Amino acid sequence: MHTEASIEQPRVHYLNADYGWKSWLFTTDHKRIGILYLVSITLFFFLGGFFAALVRLELATPAGDLVSSETYNKLFSMHGIIMIFFFLIPSIPAVLGNFLVPLMIGARDVAFPRLNLLSWYLFNLGGLFMLYAVLHGGVDTGWTFYTPYSSNFANTNVVATIAAIFIAGFSSILTGLNFIVTIHSMRAPGMTWFRLPLFIWALYATSIIQVLGTPVVAITLTLVAAERLLHLGVFDPAYGGDPILFQHLFWFYSHPAVYIMVLPSMGVVSELVATFTRKNVYGYKFVAFSSMAIAVFGFLVWGHHMFVSGQSVYAGMVFSFLSYAVAIPSAIKVFNWTATLHKASVSYQTPMLYAFGFIGLFTIGGLTGLFVAALGVDIHVTDTYFVIAHFHYIMVGGAVMGYLGGLHYWWPKISGRMYPEGWAKLSALIVFVGFNLTFFPQFLLGYMGMPRRYHAYPPEFQVLNVMSSAGATILGVGYILPMIYLIWSMRYGPKASANPWPSTGLEWQTSSPPPTENFGDTPVMNVEPYDFPTLASGRNRAQLGSEPRPA
Amino acid sequence: MTEHIVPIRVYAIIFVTLLTLTAATCVISFINLGRLNAVVALVIAFSKALLVALFFMHLRYSRRLMQLVVVAGLFWLGIMISLTMTDFLTRGWLTYR
Amino acid sequence: MWVFLVTEIMFFGALFTSYIVYRSLHSFAFAEASRQLDITLGTINTAVLISSSFTMATAVYYAQTGKKRMIIVFLALTILLGLVFIGIKVYEYYQKYVEHFVPGSSFSFPAPYAREAEMFFTLYFAMTGLHALHMIVGVGLLTWLVIFAERGRFTPAYHSPVELTGLYWHFVDIIWIFLYPLLYLIGRHLE
Repeated sequence: MHTEASIEQPRVHYLNADYGWKSWLFTTDHKRIGILYLVSITLFFFLGGFFAALVRLELATPAGDLVSSETYNKLFSMHGIIMIFFFLIPSIPAVLGNFLVPLMIGARDVAFPRLNLLSWYLFNLGGLFMLYAVLHGGVDTGWTFYTPYSSNFANTNVVATIAAIFIAGFSSILTGLNFIVTIHSMRAPGMTWFRLPLFIWALYATSIIQVLGTPVVAITLTLVAAERLLHLGVFDPAYGGDPILFQHLFWFYSHPAVYIMVLPSMGVVSELVATFTRKNVYGYKFVAFSSMAIAVFGFLVWGHHMFVSGQSVYAGMVFSFLSYAVAIPSAIKVFNWTATLHKASVSYQTPMLYAFGFIGLFTIGGLTGLFVAALGVDIHVTDTYFVIAHFHYIMVGGAVMGYLGGLHYWWPKISGRMYPEGWAKLSALIVFVGFNLTFFPQFLLGYMGMPRRYHAYPPEFQVLNVMSSAGATILGVGYILPMIYLIWSMRYGPKASANPWPSTGLEWQTSSPPPTENFGDTPVMNVEPYDFPTLASGRNRAQLGSEPRPA
Repeated sequence: MTEHIVPIRVYAIIFVTLLTLTAATCVISFINLGRLNAVVALVIAFSKALLVALFFMHLRYSRRLMQLVVVAGLFWLGIMISLTMTDFLTRGWLTYR
Repeated sequence: MWVFLVTEIMFFGALFTSYIVYRSLHSFAFAEASRQLDITLGTINTAVLISSSFTMATAVYYAQTGKKRMIIVFLALTILLGLVFIGIKVYEYYQKYVEHFVPGSSFSFPAPYAREAEMFFTLYFAMTGLHALHMIVGVGLLTWLVIFAERGRFTPAYHSPVELTGLYWHFVDIIWIFLYPLLYLIGRHLE
């Protein structure tokens, strides 16, 4: 690491280039927009976390004594909707992606900067509708909005919530569109497809999912809203409708949506593994193609959420088979990351701890996914805590860990400061312990038959539930700590150099924080990705401004 | 964007073809072909759409990438329809004794 | 723009999927209900929209060759045809309203297919309504283009707004090319 004295930071960079609220709220700088998103989604993360805390508080005792069952329905519904649509789906693409995509490909900004700002405003507009729904009595349909309850019988703020998701969905579509065009058309000279960082591959695959899937859920939820408002019968059997059609259309998006949530995180892990083992990721092309394969295959498996819904058993068999197929590219990635560790010099800084956490916990989550993809097993564990544990292992143990790891890894680039390593390591450990204590007991609970979405349960399940609630408290501490020390570091943290780790990648070739236009001269990609030997020899300085070497 | 300038004559030919196909699909719909009615109607509709896309929308003269984007979009729509229909078409297949 | 159109394919696609599912489940009721639609107006509208695609493509041609007067003429023709389409649609909707075919409390259809017919009309209004909404947006975009063209903003070197709007307009036309047979023509052979 460099000493304070030798660190050169530019006097003018993107954070201080312009002052005043107008320069932030009307910015078209992708880096500032990334920070705007960071603020928004962090607020929603803690709101969703608040509802989770209430859920776990209720579940600490077997009786339904903290809240009524109607209120409990609202708590888990709002936890799910806020966490999924207003935290997880935007998180890495909108925060880290917006900040890093142009930097990593050597561009000055995204293809449509004003559209980018519009995306952020749409996200917040959707968020306002969501807040309205929360403050006016919430919504209790579950994040899945199954008909006919959501269309005919619920008397909570379904339409406001649907409007919120619809608008936020457009934010998602526009971000995806922006990334696709940017990655296709704005790469620096010499930046061929197979010299792109794996994070870009992951975001590209994610953007394809966002573009293809989100419109479907938008119109499907609109139909539900229309049913409510206009007393129609689109999914109503009395009119020849079929509630299962709703489930097909809903899950057509919502399954790929979980890949929107986890693929970017996998991209982050690829970056972390490469940097902290100082090696090229084993099987770069396989990892890149796996991202694309997950995006494609992810659209073919949605029926595995509907095994017990009444859909045809034959369809169930098809979906079960395809669900096993989609596990393969994910497994390839895990194997490749692990293989990268072989004969590597591994350093155990905080981002790498999160990466290790991801690899382990995602593996558990993924393997339990195979359990539930089996028709026979799913009959027993569907709608139990087993499923809840499964997806939280992937979403929290996977996606959120990747998000935090990436946030720490690129924090010097974003803020120009280093976070305090001691506190960060402690937080990572607390998150890991808290997470496992929260969710591992839920596998056991589900297997033993505790249903999900119930606020009361038989007394013999209490011990495991108390463990889970205790773990949730610890997990909460683990999330609050980074909030505190990251903000602290912005003022008091040691200044960071351009390439503090150091790592390959064009984003490290410019200062921390970067200037508004990202690079002085147009960078040129001269080397293969993750070329650490060249980095070590100092030859990578040639990357800026000279002729591109052919791939 | 495309630099290829398509002469108006081509547009006019396509236009007349489209109107003819519209008349055809309308007339044929009154003839009882049983289940083929739907097939014929869709085939004609696809042909009309193809003509609009290839010539009016210049897809014929566009980069491979644009053509791939369109094919991908249609393919995804196909996935949504066909996999959903695997449920509805096979509901009656399995009987329990 | 093509990427955006792909999102539109999926957006309308969900409605098409619903239509396909329900039609396969209730083909007879759908055919009965479809026959209540005015095939003359539907066919005229199809011709109107195809013509508007022709005028739109011609407008793009003149934008590529830099004939400002002709750009405006053909954009205006496209707008006119688009408004004719919307006008006919409004009239059709009014007709349906008078005949009590608008889903909701005032819906009435002879038995035995009353409920499934209501489903058909729900889809009819949803699909054509969404389509009409896109047409209105399109007319708005075209008006914008006319204003810019009048100010001389489009040259052979720069005319991408015209091309992009053209792509959008043709796409909306293609949606109707599929809506027309699926909604208007399915039951005619049984008359």
